[in-house]
Amino acid sequence: MTRVGLIRLLVVGGFIVALELLCRTGAISPRVLLAPSDMAVRLIKLLASGKATADIVETLGNVAISLVLSVTGGFVIGALIHAVPRLRAAIDPFLASYYALPFFAFYPLFIVLFGLGRGAIVAIGFLFGVVAMIIATLNGFDRIPRVLLRTAAVHHMSPAATALLIKLPSAVPYLFTGIKLAIAYCFIGVIAAEFIMASSGLGYAISYAFNNFDNGTMYALMLFVIVLVTIVNALFYSYERRLLRRWGR
Amino acid sequence: MSTAARAIDGAARDTTGSDLHAEMRAVTRVYPGGIHALAATDLRLRRGEFYSVIGPSGCGKSTLLDVLAGLSAPTSGEILFEGRPLDGRVPEGVGVVFQEDASFAWLNVADNIVFGLRRDGVDASEIARRLDDALRLMGLVDFAKAYPAQLSGGMRQRVCIARTLVMQPRMILLDEPFGALDAQTRLIMGDELLKVWRATGATVLLITHALDEAAMLSDRIGLMSARPGRIIEELATGWPRERDSRIAADPAFGAITARLWSVLREESLKTMRQGKPS
Repeated sequence: MTRVGLIRLLVVGGFIVALELLCRTGAISPRVLLAPSDMAVRLIKLLASGKATADIVETLGNVAISLVLSVTGGFVIGALIHAVPRLRAAIDPFLASYYALPFFAFYPLFIVLFGLGRGAIVAIGFLFGVVAMIIATLNGFDRIPRVLLRTAAVHHMSPAATALLIKLPSAVPYLFTGIKLAIAYCFIGVIAAEFIMASSGLGYAISYAFNNFDNGTMYALMLFVIVLVTIVNALFYSYERRLLRRWGR
Repeated sequence: MSTAARAIDGAARDTTGSDLHAEMRAVTRVYPGGIHALAATDLRLRRGEFYSVIGPSGCGKSTLLDVLAGLSAPTSGEILFEGRPLDGRVPEGVGVVFQEDASFAWLNVADNIVFGLRRDGVDASEIARRLDDALRLMGLVDFAKAYPAQLSGGMRQRVCIARTLVMQPRMILLDEPFGALDAQTRLIMGDELLKVWRATGATVLLITHALDEAAMLSDRIGLMSARPGRIIEELATGWPRERDSRIAADPAFGAITARLWSVLREESLKTMRQGKPS
């Protein structure tokens, strides 16, 4: 393990140990926060009981659909915007201020449009993730070496073939940034949407536990979300590093 | 003919039967903003010759290559390749090698080289044959599975040349392909290029700013004026077809480079007086 990795591990480990000590000594009341070890035990029991399985599957499905739509849609929209400089100049300010929009204030509209179900939740997840991917695609396309585009011209490649076979792989380091952000945004969008407009899923289960003073289940599910997102990001980060090292990036 | 040479043995074939392979007639190029890159330029490339264009920095050498390749449209004038005017695209049968590293970082050497062949739907056995021969010709056999990041600058440029060669171009345009390499590697790459030229029989147009490179490699050398550039003099070297970098020891080599410099010195001074090159 590198020195930086060790420091990172110590920071996280130290935080967990400190939290454990504060909870065990009574400095933090169990009504406010469970000790991390308690959360872990409750999570294991919850997972073993199978009570949360349906909610987990529901949320992961919603996130997966939102993510696929965000990444593919963001890439295609980004590529199209990049191909029309005037359109890009007109849209750029909207992209820059997009995340200032309070999406959740519009949730009744999503319910009207998509109904009370997966559609509205996926739509919010998608809207959260897609712009990060559009911006990453534009950034990546801006930095493609001109000589590669000239090479595409020598090979008589169409704009679509150039986008897929030259621009996409060349912009991969930037696209990875977009995908990482899209993963985070899709999780946030989906779980937050499940909080307010679903009758199943992890967001709904956490909200339900909160409303019923079931701290044990609530913290166990929160821990599950944190561990899940961390594992997904770590796997993706590791794949990204291996790939970019091979490409000398 | 060697096995490697057979890889590209269709290279010099075309149907016109004319000795004139490509021609620029009074071609000019003015960039948006009024930068006059090329003055009315005439150039006639004979089939199978090695022609170098040399000139001061910013004189329009690369612009000349761009318009001849069909990568950029001329402002006026006419360009013919094998008797046919260019239609705004790179003509079939023309290969281009750029100064910058144009290897695809995400593909290994073999996949880089056969990129164009796969796109053209060439038969798998034919792809394998041309790849094998190109790897041998360019000395890349042991690096077929390597990624460009694992190679030196010179080897990456060989990959780009190999990618051009497997397409069996009848005319190869090279825009300062060795400009980013050290002096010794440039000499070796020059020898490689001569080997490729002999093996393919293709017409070669080399853009360079190096006097020794032009003098060593070329059958004929076109000297360009300061911007707006045009060919102001052509020089035939008279070298035999079988030659390599050792020709630099020939007394005629010194005479050729001296003649090149006598013309270019004046044009380079003009460029300096014009201000920074574009």
